[in-house]
Amino acid sequence: MINYIIRRLLYVLPVLMGVNILTFVLFFVVNSPDDMARMQLGDKHVSQQAVDNWKQQRGYNLPLLWNEQKNGLQTVTETIFFKKSVGLFVFDLGMSDNGRDIVSDISQRMWPSLAIAIPSLVFGVLANITFALLLIFYRGSYLEFGGLFICITLMSISGLFYIIAGQFFIGKLLALTPISGYAPGIDGFKFIILPVLISIVGGLGSGIRWYRTLFLEEAAKDYVRTAKAKGLSDLQVLFKHVLKNAMIPILTGIVVILPLLFMGSLITESFFGIPGLGSYTIDAIASQDFAIVRSMVFLGSFLYIIGLLLTDISYTLVDPRVRLD
Amino acid sequence: MLTLLWTDSLVFALVLGVVMIICRASKKEHLRRPWSRVFDSKAGVISLTVLLSFILLGLLDSTRVQYHDLADNGERRSNAVTLSVLDILLTPIRTQVEKTYSEPFAHVAYAKEIKVAESGDTQWLYPRLLYGGAHLSKPESEKVKDVALKALKGVGYALISWLVLGLCVLFMTRNDSFLKISKGLRNSLFTLLGVFSLVGLVATLGPYYHILGTDKVGEDVLYQAIKSIRTGLVIGSLTTMVMLPIAIILGLMAGFFRGWIDDLIQYLYTTLSSIPSVLLIAAAILMAQVTMANNPELFTTIEDRADMRLLLLCAILGLTSWTGLCRLLRAETLKIREMDYVLAARALGVGRLQILKRHVLPNVMHLVMITVVLDFSGLVLAEAVLSYINIGVDPSTYSWGNMINTSRLEMAREPIVWWSLTAAFIFMFSLVLAANLFADVVRDAFDPRANN
Repeated sequence: MINYIIRRLLYVLPVLMGVNILTFVLFFVVNSPDDMARMQLGDKHVSQQAVDNWKQQRGYNLPLLWNEQKNGLQTVTETIFFKKSVGLFVFDLGMSDNGRDIVSDISQRMWPSLAIAIPSLVFGVLANITFALLLIFYRGSYLEFGGLFICITLMSISGLFYIIAGQFFIGKLLALTPISGYAPGIDGFKFIILPVLISIVGGLGSGIRWYRTLFLEEAAKDYVRTAKAKGLSDLQVLFKHVLKNAMIPILTGIVVILPLLFMGSLITESFFGIPGLGSYTIDAIASQDFAIVRSMVFLGSFLYIIGLLLTDISYTLVDPRVRLD
Repeated sequence: MLTLLWTDSLVFALVLGVVMIICRASKKEHLRRPWSRVFDSKAGVISLTVLLSFILLGLLDSTRVQYHDLADNGERRSNAVTLSVLDILLTPIRTQVEKTYSEPFAHVAYAKEIKVAESGDTQWLYPRLLYGGAHLSKPESEKVKDVALKALKGVGYALISWLVLGLCVLFMTRNDSFLKISKGLRNSLFTLLGVFSLVGLVATLGPYYHILGTDKVGEDVLYQAIKSIRTGLVIGSLTTMVMLPIAIILGLMAGFFRGWIDDLIQYLYTTLSSIPSVLLIAAAILMAQVTMANNPELFTTIEDRADMRLLLLCAILGLTSWTGLCRLLRAETLKIREMDYVLAARALGVGRLQILKRHVLPNVMHLVMITVVLDFSGLVLAEAVLSYINIGVDPSTYSWGNMINTSRLEMAREPIVWWSLTAAFIFMFSLVLAANLFADVVRDAFDPRANN
């Protein structure tokens, strides 16, 4: 087990290297730092002096991959690629293009993101499972047919509409919750309700269908038929056997997205003005702050891979038949 | 003269390809069987009919011609503009531009204006619209009757043309009674009646009213929503065209050849899928924007530029979305290569590429089919979200995402402007719902596990 985890962690390195090279190509090779400087400074007729200054301040004044003016090892280390990549691997993300420390920004903005993401996940999964079990329980009835149709309908509505409609009806017309904003601590509760509610409703359609297929697969197995033949009621079979056995895919499905919760939700956060990592990323994209976007890409891929690893480990924990070696 | 943009040509190539595949597949019994199951299902036929109507509109919008707008005195203007066939069909709706916002079916503007009366005093009132309801002399009393009459006329036209179509179908299928037409065709015909009525309503009401109101610069919202269909379809279909070859080739190779090829391909897709897709798309679009800003000489017109950005968006979406299908295909190929028939083929000395082509590829095609249909609706929805973060299509392109984006500010103003958002919602919802329903039916029909 330990061996397996170490091996998997070692496998993380080449993947992160790949991510790093890909983002490097995207950010620095396709467009030279000169292009970026001009774009940031806003004008096509910026003086070369201003461009050089901009590059100097942000450490973009080195060659991309190979520094011919230096000797020995420094030909490789005194380059943009090396300087900007090494920092990422020790999570020293450096300064954003407008001069703020990215690491401290992220550690501050992480909490609002989690405040939205964790309740959305917990209550969302509970709601999805409850409705999915209901649909299974009333299998073959009009209730199931109607429920499935509602699911498809819910799925066909863009998430943007849920947010806009929620803000308009609950926030503006009924004035039950603030339309947007955020406050830390207990005061933040009233700001959190609406975004959490909307992310739950927005995920219902696909969520219910996903869990329903999981339960259906489980319900088609032989032990279910045996249990029914022995006279167990549908309710008992459903809760004691099907739900329990379906917990394996459910749990592992949740574990894989756990680390990504830190990243927050791009759309929800920017609509509700929540100062989390999602809106951080969106703002960076809007202001074309390459340093932040690059850091978030790196962080996101790192968390994704950690999620995959956790999934594998959780398999062994919930299902004793699975052995990793 | 026909002048096509890049995406237009690709769309037509795609349609041609699909038609060829359908022609070829319809000759094979084992491929016809799942499709006949699709056509037997009510939801399948209805959603397919709706989808095809949308596709027809999109194709009309992709057929661009040099067009000489007629001036008011009936003479040809010298400067020709490039318009799509759809634009020409929608000429009254397209050209009747008001000053600013107006409500659906309104005859006056949405905001009051100061008007100087003939006697010299100033009045604070809602000015009449230039086109909406302009043919009425007493709109307050006449409008309801006029709208009802025009609507009736539209439905009437629709009914007549539908009956003609029905007779044609009867004649073509050599049936003597409507009840003898196959169930699928009948359901399709009934859906078409609805589609025809909508078209009829637009045709009779459109020239006289703004059915879905007008936007900030006075452009008809219905026109914008109809024009957006093409953008949605292009993104849904061209992206798949980029994604499919990569996913199929890499997936089959990884599963079939194993060894270092497998390792390399697995590494590739793990790396790519580990990057949050929105960020990857954002990064790629940002870079493209910089490149485009630095090379303005490559694009002659705004249209060219917007089109290139649309194409680029499809390419990027395709490059980021092949990993899921690739993983599926690899797993399936791993299973298939151990099958007896593959072993037999190998023992008989059939080459590896031949085995891949003849034995493996046809057996994974159902997965490809299901993925394509399932992905379509997701891509249409993704366009809206991406356009909202400004990394989607060009702001000058008509798209539902752009409509939603602008309507966000309109929802905040007092009194609110709700029709842009509603229009985008209705159109997007009907396309995506049809696509989702169709995808469900296709999945049930093609999934071998569902057949027992």
